[in-house]
Amino acid sequence: MRVMAQMSMIMNLDKCIGCHTCSVTCKQVWTNRTGVEYAWFNNVETRPGLGYPREYEDQEKWKGGWVRNKRGRLQLKAGGRLKKLSQIFNNPNLPQIDDYYEPWTYDYDMLTTAPAGTQSPVARPKSLLTGQDIDIKWSGNWDDDLGGSQETAAQDPILATMSEKVKMEFEETFMFYLPRICEHCLNPACVAACPSGAMYKREEDGIVLVDEDACRGWRMCVSACPYKKVYFNHKTGKAEKCTLCYPLIEQGKPTICSETCVGRLRYLGLMLYDADAVLAAASIENDQDLLNAQRACFLDPFDPEVIAAAKAEGMADDWIEAAQNSPIYKLISEFEVALPLHPEYRTMPMVWYIPPLSPVVDVVSNSGSDGEDARTLFAAIDKLRIPVEYLAGLFSAGDVVPVELSLRKLAAMRAYMRGIFLGNEPDERIPNAVGMTGETITAMYRLLAIAKYEDRYVIPKAHVETARELDELGCSLDNDGGPGMGGPTSHAGPHNAGDPGPSGPYGNTPGMPLNATVDNYNQMVGDSPIIKTRPATPGRINLLNWNGGGVPKGMFPPVADAGSPA
Amino acid sequence: MTAWDYLLWVAFPYAASGVFVVGHLLRYRYDQFGWTSRSSQTYENRLLRWGSPMFHYGILMVIGGHVVGLFIPKPWLEFFGVTEHMYHLGATWLGSFAAVLTVAGLAILIYRRRLTKRVLLVTTVMDKVMYVFLAGTIAFGTTATVLYQIFGGGYDYRGSISPWIRSLYSLQPDPSLMSDVPFFFQLHVLTATTLFLLWPFTRLVHVFSAPLGYLVRPYVVYRSRDNPRGAGSRAPRRGWEKSERPLERSRK
Repeated sequence: MRVMAQMSMIMNLDKCIGCHTCSVTCKQVWTNRTGVEYAWFNNVETRPGLGYPREYEDQEKWKGGWVRNKRGRLQLKAGGRLKKLSQIFNNPNLPQIDDYYEPWTYDYDMLTTAPAGTQSPVARPKSLLTGQDIDIKWSGNWDDDLGGSQETAAQDPILATMSEKVKMEFEETFMFYLPRICEHCLNPACVAACPSGAMYKREEDGIVLVDEDACRGWRMCVSACPYKKVYFNHKTGKAEKCTLCYPLIEQGKPTICSETCVGRLRYLGLMLYDADAVLAAASIENDQDLLNAQRACFLDPFDPEVIAAAKAEGMADDWIEAAQNSPIYKLISEFEVALPLHPEYRTMPMVWYIPPLSPVVDVVSNSGSDGEDARTLFAAIDKLRIPVEYLAGLFSAGDVVPVELSLRKLAAMRAYMRGIFLGNEPDERIPNAVGMTGETITAMYRLLAIAKYEDRYVIPKAHVETARELDELGCSLDNDGGPGMGGPTSHAGPHNAGDPGPSGPYGNTPGMPLNATVDNYNQMVGDSPIIKTRPATPGRINLLNWNGGGVPKGMFPPVADAGSPA
Repeated sequence: MTAWDYLLWVAFPYAASGVFVVGHLLRYRYDQFGWTSRSSQTYENRLLRWGSPMFHYGILMVIGGHVVGLFIPKPWLEFFGVTEHMYHLGATWLGSFAAVLTVAGLAILIYRRRLTKRVLLVTTVMDKVMYVFLAGTIAFGTTATVLYQIFGGGYDYRGSISPWIRSLYSLQPDPSLMSDVPFFFQLHVLTATTLFLLWPFTRLVHVFSAPLGYLVRPYVVYRSRDNPRGAGSRAPRRGWEKSERPLERSRK
């Protein structure tokens, strides 16, 4: 047994309102740069829908993840090592930028500087790749709220595998939101596919990262990730991905997407697992057994044997304590309401989801029945085959049993707690019907419905005494084009050719690499808008690239000189 | 021999070799972040799908041929029973096949780079300079082969160019070997030398990152945050290491 800790996330889909705040704050922190305009480390997709990038779940097309070969061994779906190397000059499974979308901005300048005319001026969309007018046909969330889904939803890879097609009449559609980040898998296909060995899983917390200095831009990780959560920075020629905001996690703080989630639906905490058991679990024959195989890899942080083994591995006491208090452990292993996204990709993903009950409640309520009555809800879960099958296609390789069980527990919680709030005697038959007790269901209610900040995020700080270099990291990302470079600079677009790009903290800094700490950053930046943002053309600024500090040139039209003709 | 001979066939190659070696060391030391093939595959793949493998596999064969022709002395091959005639046939026909692949691939790549707007816009000045010398080297080399080897009587460069190169590396340069070499071979050598001079400053550095280690390493890579080379951090520069007590230092 080799005990390892994994920082993991769970999202409670019942609470997601699809506001995209997580995506926007993530973008502002990590991808507001040329080269990754099209990349969303966090995105929220409407389901049923095609997702982002388009139809990424169709692994017959993209060849992401792992497969079990005839000899029962795990191999990358795109092929073995020699085949991968032979394809290094042209990766046949690489998504094109149009599979994500061609990034664009608007010609905002026209709104204020257009000459007088008979028609209102229009801000035309301009490609951020070519600077020319583009006809926007797709984006990261084009089918948001089922917009245009009559046309596209039939291509949803999950629907395609279902026996019955969901009728895409708007008023009859089962709809929910699916926020996605990197899964920080236990058996990451991206890491396995990287020819340079630049991608790695951190021993301490399992976060999967790209060593930007070692990445040589072979792009195998992009196609190997079945979730398509590694992105190719087309300016720097390096891979970039969700970092689980490790600089925050190391300080015991939640990720940006979690912190800013208005629905408070994200949970962060440790899971202890047996690293020696992962490969065998991921190689299990039947896709539908993968969920339980992964659950079996997780270790009970209260088990004295596990604690002793963890200590023998050098795990600190506060980390073991954090693993014991982890909301992730409670939701996955104690309450068993959380499920992984696409376990059939065999990467052992570690961002899990609590499937949404609310669409079921809506159906029941709309039919005039009591949407909080346990028996009515149980009956509805049994009856609503299509939604449950769809959820099973996402969370349990098509097996409806775990999804049903999870939904029934949520329904039981709803009915049981309603009874208590109405002042009735607690009805113990309800929790018993789903194999829980009044006590555990109340604990689950506290975690899911009250959802206190300190209960949602149980994040032990990184140990500085072991990580001597931690606060002295020279950030390899502080180069031009890297996430730390500060503001947009030219890529050779026509609109800003010759722009040398800004320098400054985390930018093209000469001398010693700066320490990548928040304090240091604040000190360096001060009050001045050091992250300079220049308009793409004089008098034009892309507000998405504005850091919020100061007033960049071009935010407002130039002030007319006094005395000059108006 | 004139001063030009010494300049072109002694000074210039040595200068280029020096820049090549020192340039790579410096770039590897200070610009790991810029060390990439900077692929443009996400912009355009219809042409690249053909052009890139054709060019790369072609140029690998070409490089292999050059190693045999330039660095293995004629007597060594003859010892293994490879006669001049056999060598000439092999070099000309295998070489022509590789050249066709390379030239066609390069033509597709240049066409793509010039006419695909997205790709053209991310092409740097250094890319363009590099393309000129790369294409020039390949063009002159192909021209020389076609003129002298296929349609001409066959020129024995293993009696002149090859010993000249080996004379450079044995530090006993003999420029006289190059004075009577046919014009296109001379041009080919000069553009190639210039390409080597430019090499460390272009995206061609990716050649030295051929990821052969991938074949033998474990699939999943783990790294510790404690490892100074881990977590993507740079090793501290010389003279900037953290001070530590002598005891700790000696314990390591």
